[in-house]
Amino acid sequence: MSRIFAAVFALIFAATAHAESPDPENWEAVLAEAKGETVYFHAWGGETRINAYIAWAAGEVKERFGVTLKQVKVADTANVVSKIVAEKAAGRDENGTVDLVWINGENFVSLKEAGLLLDRPWATKLPNYRFVDEEGKPTVKTDFTVPTDGLEAPWGMAKLVFFYDTARLENPPKSMPALLEWAKANPGRFTYPQPPDFLGSTFLKQALYELAPDPEVLMQAADDETFARQTKPLFAFLDELHPLLWRQGRAFPQNYGTLRRLLADSEVDITFAFNPADASSAIAAHELPDTVRSYVPEAGSIANSHFLAIPFNANAKAGAMVVANFLMSPEAQARKQDPNVWGDPTVLDVDALPQEDRARFDALDLGVATLPPEDLGKALPEPHASWMERLETEWARRYRAGQ
Amino acid sequence: MGAALQSWPIIPTQQKLERPRSRLIAFPIAVLALLVLPVVAGLLGAALPAFGYLPVLGLEDFSLEPFVALVGAPGIGVSLALSLCAGLCTTTLAFLVVMGFVAAWHGTRVFRVFRRLIAPLLSVPHAAAAFGLAFLIAPSGLLMRALSPWPSGFARPPDWLIVHDPAGLAMTAGLVVKEIPFLFLMALAALPQVEAEPRLNMARALGYGRVAAFLFSVLPPLYAQLRLPIFAIIAYACSVVDVALILGPTTPAPLAVRILEWQADPDLSLRSLAAAGALAQFALASFAICLWLALEWLVARIGAKLMASGHRFRRDGLVRHLAGATMSLAAGLVLAGLATLALWSIAGFWAFPDIWPNALTFDTWRSVIATLGGPLDNALLIAGLSSVLAVVLALGALEYETRTGGTTTTRALVALYLPLLVPQIAFLFGLDMLLVSLRLDGWLLAVVLAHLVFVFPYVLLSLSQPWHALDPRYALIARSLGRSADAVFWRIRLPMLSRAIATATALGFAVSISLYLPTLLIGAGRWPTVTTEAVALSSGGDRRITAATALVQAFLPFLGFGLAAMLPALLFRRRAAMRAGG
Repeated sequence: MSRIFAAVFALIFAATAHAESPDPENWEAVLAEAKGETVYFHAWGGETRINAYIAWAAGEVKERFGVTLKQVKVADTANVVSKIVAEKAAGRDENGTVDLVWINGENFVSLKEAGLLLDRPWATKLPNYRFVDEEGKPTVKTDFTVPTDGLEAPWGMAKLVFFYDTARLENPPKSMPALLEWAKANPGRFTYPQPPDFLGSTFLKQALYELAPDPEVLMQAADDETFARQTKPLFAFLDELHPLLWRQGRAFPQNYGTLRRLLADSEVDITFAFNPADASSAIAAHELPDTVRSYVPEAGSIANSHFLAIPFNANAKAGAMVVANFLMSPEAQARKQDPNVWGDPTVLDVDALPQEDRARFDALDLGVATLPPEDLGKALPEPHASWMERLETEWARRYRAGQ
Repeated sequence: MGAALQSWPIIPTQQKLERPRSRLIAFPIAVLALLVLPVVAGLLGAALPAFGYLPVLGLEDFSLEPFVALVGAPGIGVSLALSLCAGLCTTTLAFLVVMGFVAAWHGTRVFRVFRRLIAPLLSVPHAAAAFGLAFLIAPSGLLMRALSPWPSGFARPPDWLIVHDPAGLAMTAGLVVKEIPFLFLMALAALPQVEAEPRLNMARALGYGRVAAFLFSVLPPLYAQLRLPIFAIIAYACSVVDVALILGPTTPAPLAVRILEWQADPDLSLRSLAAAGALAQFALASFAICLWLALEWLVARIGAKLMASGHRFRRDGLVRHLAGATMSLAAGLVLAGLATLALWSIAGFWAFPDIWPNALTFDTWRSVIATLGGPLDNALLIAGLSSVLAVVLALGALEYETRTGGTTTTRALVALYLPLLVPQIAFLFGLDMLLVSLRLDGWLLAVVLAHLVFVFPYVLLSLSQPWHALDPRYALIARSLGRSADAVFWRIRLPMLSRAIATATALGFAVSISLYLPTLLIGAGRWPTVTTEAVALSSGGDRRITAATALVQAFLPFLGFGLAAMLPALLFRRRAAMRAGG
C-alpha cells in the first residue's frame, strides 16, 4: 500500500526540490537559515513546570534568533514515534511535521536503528556542546549503552532517587535486601510501577545491579545463559517481595504519577523517581507533604540522560539545531536546574564553565528534599538494552497473568 | 405499523422498476466519498501489520506469526475474558437501570429531574468520571476518610484491593455510571417517536402495572430504536482504555490496554503484535454483539410468553423503587465524583484521613487557564464544524433514502461503524498514512475529516432510528395537500425531529471534543484542543491538574447538551405536544 501512496505522492509533488540539511560547523549559516523558521517541538507535556520552562525558552529563541518554538504536548513519546513512522511509510522524506523530539533510551535506539533520525552527527558540533561534561557524565554519549553518534543533543540528567516520608519512616532501607527485610515488617507499604513502564523497569534494573553475581556482564548484550545466571537472585528476590507489596502484588500502579499519589495518600511509605529534585518540586506543588526526603541506595543508582533529537524529515532542521543549542547553553541549563523552575540536573561540566556562568549554578537553592550533587552517590550506567527487553518479557511471563 | 404503511401505495410493476431519482443522491455520495477512503485506509493500516506486513520497519513477508505471538502473550485469555465481560456486563446493567427507570418513572417529576441532570452527567469525560469514582471508593478515598480514624480505626488506608480488582468490578462500575446517561439520552430522543402515552394509557386501562405496561407496550418499539446505540456501548466498553487504566485490573489488564502498551513499546517490532491484538479486539467486539443478539432473542421469547400469560404485574412497587434507587446511585456517583474533582482542583496538600484539604489555592487554575485559551477556540472550531457537517450529511442521506424509498443507503452506511470496533491507535496509523501522503495532515480540513470518521457514526446512530420511526402519514398528508417534497422536509420532518437533531448535534459535538489521538496525530500538533492539552497534562498524574483540566473539558459538551435540551422547547413554545415528549 505504501508503494501506491508513494507513487501517487511522487506524481503530484514531483517538483519538490531536495534540500541539503544545515551544517552546524558553519553556525552563522545555520543561524541565518533558522531565522523565521517555526520549530514544532514534540515533548511530553505532563508537568506544568516543564511546559512553562519550554514556553520561557520559546520567548528567548524568538527574541534572540527569530525562531518560533511551538511545543506539541504529548502524553506519550510513543505517539511521536508513530507519527514519524507513518510519515516514513507514506514516503514523506521532507517537510515532516516533527522538528524536534524529547527522547531517550529505547525510543532513541528504535528510531536510530530504523533510520528515522537526521542521519549525520549534528549535536556534538553545536557551539554549546563544548561545555557538556563528557568525562563526568558518560551517559551523554551513550544512551542505554548505544552510542548517540551525535544524533541527539544532551538536555538533562536523570538519576534514580528514593523518597520517603519522615513522618512515618525514620531509617529507610538503603539496599534491596534491606528493603525486603523492611517489607516483611511493613507489608503492603511498598510497590513499583508495572513494567514495561520505564520507571518500573528501572527498578528491576536497579535490583538486578544490586543482586547480580557479576554486574560487569550487564554492559554486554544478554544471551540465554548469562540472563538466566545473572537474574536468578533477582527473581528469587521478587518472588519473596511480591506478596509483601501493596495489594500483595495483585495490582501495580501504572506509572510514576500514580506512585507519587500513593505516597501522598499514605498508602505506601517509599517511592522513587528519576529526577532527584522531584520531591522538592512536588512539595512546592502541594503534591507531597513537606516531610518527604530523599535517599540513594548504598550501592549507587541507575543514571542516564535525556536528549533532543531531530527526525530524518524535519522541516525546520536549522531552527531545531538553534533551539537545541540554546537549551544546552549554561543560561538555559542553570534555569532548568532551579527547582522552582523545573529542577532537572544539568548536562554541563559546571566547574569548567566561565566564572559568570558558574555563578548561576552556585546561586541555586536545590530545595529541602533534594540531595546536593555530591551526595547523590555512585552513578550506575544503564545495562545494555537487551537486558531490559528480556527483563520485561520475563517479568510479564512470571507476574503478568496474576498469581 | 410504519412498514405496513410504506408498502401501502399500489404501484404498477413497470413504474416499480424505475426507482425515483433525486438530486439528494449527492449526500450519500458525499458521505461515501468523504468517509469510505479514510475508513478503508484506517482498517488496512490496522490489519496489514497483523499479518506481518509493515515494510517501513522491515517487515515484508506475510505471516501469521503476530497471531502466534498474541496467543502466547502471558494471561491473554484472562485479558480477552475481562474485555468481553466488561462489554456485556456494562451494557446489560446500563440497559436494565435505564429501562427500569423509564418504565417506572416515565411522566413523573422525578423523571424530569433526571432529564435535567443529563447534560452534566454526559459532559464529564469518561476518564474524569473514573478518576472521581476511584477517589471516592479507594481505600484512601473520600468514603474511607469520612469513616477514619473514627469509626473505622484506620490511621492509614487499609491495603484493600478495591480499585484495580482482578475481576474488573470497579472498571465495570465506572463504565456503567457513564453509559447510563448516554442510553438515557438516546431513549429520550427516541421516546417521542414511539407514542408512549397512548400505548401506556391503553395498557394501564387493561389493568397492567406501571412497569409491565411499559415493558409490554412501549419497550418493543423503543428497543428497536435503541439497538444501534446499544451496540455502540458494547463496542465502547469492550475496547475502553482510559477507564480501564484508572479502575481496571493490571495483572493482566483488559485487551485494549495491552494493545496500547504494545503499540507504545519502543521496540517497533511489537507493532505487528499490537495489530494482531487490534484484529482480536475487532473480533471480540463483534462476538460480544452476537452474544447480545442471542440474549435479545432469548429475552424476546420469554417476554412473549409473559405477555401471553396475561399476568398484570400490578404489584411492582419494589421494582419501581429499585429502579429509582439504582438510577440515583449512578447519577450520584458521577456528581459526587464531579464535586470531588472541583475540590481537588483548588486543593493544597490533602492527606489521609483528612476529609478536607489543609489549604485551598487557585495556583492550579491559574496555570491551566494560562495554557487553554487557544486550545479552547480550536476545540470549538473543530467540534462545531465536524458535528454540523455530520448532521447535515446524515440528514441528507436519510432524506434521500426516504424519497427514493430504499433502505440500502443506510445499510451501506453501517460500514462506517467499523472504526468504532477497532482500537483507535491501530486505526489511526493507516488514516494518518493516507493523509500524510495526500499532504493533508496538519490542516484543519484533515482534522475535521478525521473527527468526522468518529463523529458521523454516533450522529447517524442517534438520528436514523428516530427518523425511520417518524410516522410517514404526516408526510403523505402534506404531499396530498399539495406540498412539495422539500416543504415536507423543512416544515414537517425537520421540526418534528428537532429534538433528535439537536441531540445528535450535541452528541457529535461531545464526541469530537473528546477525541485525543485523532486530533494529535492527524493535526500533527498544529491544532491543540482542550482535550489534547488535558490528556497531556494529566499524564503527569497530579490530581489537581487532572481535576481542573477535566472540568474545562466537560464544560463544552455541557453547553452543547444543555442547549440541545433547551432548543426544541424554545423553538416550539406554542406547541405543547412537541414540547413535552417525556
